[in-house]
Amino acid sequence: MPDIATLLAVLLIVVKVGVVTMILFGLPLPLTWLERKVAGHIQVRLGPWRVGPHGLLQPFADMIKLLFKEDIVPYKADKLLFNLAPLLSMVPAFAVFVAIPFGDSVMVPFINKEVTLYISDMNVGILYILAIGGLSIYGIILGGWASNSKYALLGGLRSAAQMISYEVAMSFAAVGVVMMSNSLSLLEMVKSQSGSFLNWNIFYLPVGPVWFAIFLIAGLAEINRIPFDLTEDEGTLAAGFHTEYSGMKFAFFMLAEYVAMVTISVLSVVMFFGGWNAPLQVPVPIPPIFWFVAKAGALIYFFMWIRFTLPRYRYDQLMTIGWKILIPVALVNLLVTGFMRI
Amino acid sequence: MEQIFFYIFAIVAVASAIAVISVRNPVHSAMYLIVCFLQVAAIFILLRSPFLAAVQVFIYVGAVMVLFLFAVMVLDIGKESFGEHMHSQAIPAGITVLGLLAVVGWLISKGKITVPLGKYTEEVLTKNTEVVGKSLYTQFIFPFEVVSLLLLIALVGAIVLVMKEKGKGAGSTRP
Repeated sequence: MPDIATLLAVLLIVVKVGVVTMILFGLPLPLTWLERKVAGHIQVRLGPWRVGPHGLLQPFADMIKLLFKEDIVPYKADKLLFNLAPLLSMVPAFAVFVAIPFGDSVMVPFINKEVTLYISDMNVGILYILAIGGLSIYGIILGGWASNSKYALLGGLRSAAQMISYEVAMSFAAVGVVMMSNSLSLLEMVKSQSGSFLNWNIFYLPVGPVWFAIFLIAGLAEINRIPFDLTEDEGTLAAGFHTEYSGMKFAFFMLAEYVAMVTISVLSVVMFFGGWNAPLQVPVPIPPIFWFVAKAGALIYFFMWIRFTLPRYRYDQLMTIGWKILIPVALVNLLVTGFMRI
Repeated sequence: MEQIFFYIFAIVAVASAIAVISVRNPVHSAMYLIVCFLQVAAIFILLRSPFLAAVQVFIYVGAVMVLFLFAVMVLDIGKESFGEHMHSQAIPAGITVLGLLAVVGWLISKGKITVPLGKYTEEVLTKNTEVVGKSLYTQFIFPFEVVSLLLLIALVGAIVLVMKEKGKGAGSTRP
């Protein structure tokens, strides 16, 4: 029979996992509102306005709508995989957050116990994130295949090809960061960037910004956002892989997409922007988690900005960018980084 | 406790491996193979090698199986569904598998299959990917280079095979 301390440790892990999951489930509510507001203002219109003040209750209205929509499974679809696909894309998106450090340890009031702001500090953290994050592609591929519809199948195929192409570049960017920080553990990565903002990996000149650019472009492609959202190109593929999905299953796909966007932002913060480290030494005590959330928020805004600014690439352009530009640049950059680290 | 987990992973791995070769639908078959790979990754973690587990998920589940699915998905499932392809190979195959199991079982029960940890303790191996990296680039540098050369040859070979001769190649080069 395990003793009390072990049980408490297990309980703590369960509580942490629960809290992170709840936050991630809740995040799409403000994010969808924000995305539409940003879209509105960038395109010189109001965005959601009617439900609640400034359309603030719009996400809840959407949620109610999605809950009450009829759940349609196409005739001749592969029932099992069709129902499983949204979950397959959602679970890995959430599981990635096990390894992400939101901050160092903090003292929790009332119970007077030091609690670390991460669920697990793996010594292969970055590899774990890349590996698990890559799994959410199965939801998209299988969702596309199981729908038994040509638009959905083509969307799934496109996303498989796109994913394979850009995963290479993204892994190279991760290798670059590992070289700059001398560790595979995300916690060590953040610690190696402490001090002022000049120690951040993005300011590791001249290779830091290049790695960030590669990571950002590959990340955008991995999470299927404009300018790389060829999988749901409405002009040629109806709605791509989720053409046949409705109601909550569709919502799960969207949820996974938003969580993936948050993952890329958070990962960029950890890998390039010094995690929870303050950019400058400030005399006022500001909790580190503030810096973390602020940086992640700024990046999320940046992603939305890109989405409503750039047009979509053609499919051959997408492949050219991945194979003929990003990968050679990454290889050269790897060499330069290697020489700098000797 | 660890044993319980091992048996869970092992049973699921074997069951899904059997499902891979017994289900008719190739996409389902690929799905079971993914399940099997994930269980193997979990067993790697039980064996104190998180690096290997992460790489297993990354390479096999994340990349190889996506390519598998890519190829399998475009098959016409109605026609390509696996029929009885065993022909008369079932009996020799069964005997071979039984023989292999017998040999491995005998070796395990005799305690012949062990891998010494060498100078490293279990603790060091769990914590350190460095150990893997260093031994890969010093002690095992020759096989490492040979493998990378082999992979390069395979890569070039694949490109040569799909490339059409000049002048003829009007159509798509996609498989």
